[in-house]
Amino acid sequence: MEKYLVSVIIENKPYINDPEGETILKDLIAKGGYNTVKAVRTAKMLNITIEARDRKDAEDSVKKLCDELRIYNPVVSNCRVESVNVAEARN
Amino acid sequence: MKIGIIVFPGSNCDKDVHHVLRNVLHVDADFVWHKQDNLQGYDAIVLPGGFAYGDRLRAGVIAAFSPIMKEVRRLAGEGMPILGVCNGFQILVESGLLPGALMKNNSLKFVCRWTNITVESNRTPFTHTLKPKQQIRIPVANQEGRYYADPKTIETLENNNQIVFKYHDDDPNGSISAIAGISNEQGNVVGMMPHPERASESVLSPFGSDDAMLIFESLLDYLDEQR
Repeated sequence: MEKYLVSVIIENKPYINDPEGETILKDLIAKGGYNTVKAVRTAKMLNITIEARDRKDAEDSVKKLCDELRIYNPVVSNCRVESVNVAEARN
Repeated sequence: MKIGIIVFPGSNCDKDVHHVLRNVLHVDADFVWHKQDNLQGYDAIVLPGGFAYGDRLRAGVIAAFSPIMKEVRRLAGEGMPILGVCNGFQILVESGLLPGALMKNNSLKFVCRWTNITVESNRTPFTHTLKPKQQIRIPVANQEGRYYADPKTIETLENNNQIVFKYHDDDPNGSISAIAGISNEQGNVVGMMPHPERASESVLSPFGSDDAMLIFESLLDYLDEQR
């Protein structure tokens, strides 16, 4: 078993409006002069350290717990995972 | 007749509910700590407002996995009247006892003010003595009160008469269809964002009204009929 760092990214489904992202875009970024920025969507990220056999095992386990424990609300959000092997990442 | 008020770590409206039940309506009411796994002896349950678990991860989600909720789910299936107020509504939604989701208010602000709601369904224990479209003056106090459900779910709620309260001439949070409260299909589980326990005594209202007492009185009337 090795340690993996799995990032869980929870983002609202595309058709759900995101007033926080819109405010950041309109009242901060656009006003700051960055007119090439067209959209901002907010997301929540959890970094989970988990022992697993391999990366797929790590990601599958985390995806399973996210579904079972409602880490993300399936009514309004999507959830995706990205992982790194902790030992490899340190090198 | 006895009503159980579930208390989670971070619940803060439990005492107000207790006060209305005990001191204003003279009904027996108990605080029930969330770690208890049985609710024997209660005729109705209230999940009060507050910030269970500090709204960590998402309002109501951690509380939804508390030991007591297994029992609440079982009783909900048996038809017991269950009222979730504000955070209680969020917990009922995260528990899967009510459909949809409660999201951050459109304004991104914590909205704390009086509003009006209309009764859309008198098919629940909490509204069965009320008239359709009856208006109730009542305060909201929340940052995550925006109700959302996909169009198919909204259609189902409308067809089944599951929309219990709507905001009247007001939009405190951007809730879809101005939904302020809904019920499950059976009608015994109701979740509402505004606080009836803060609008049941005229002395607490800037309008001198105690409209929301009708919600609790309706419950007592319903329980009386059941005997």
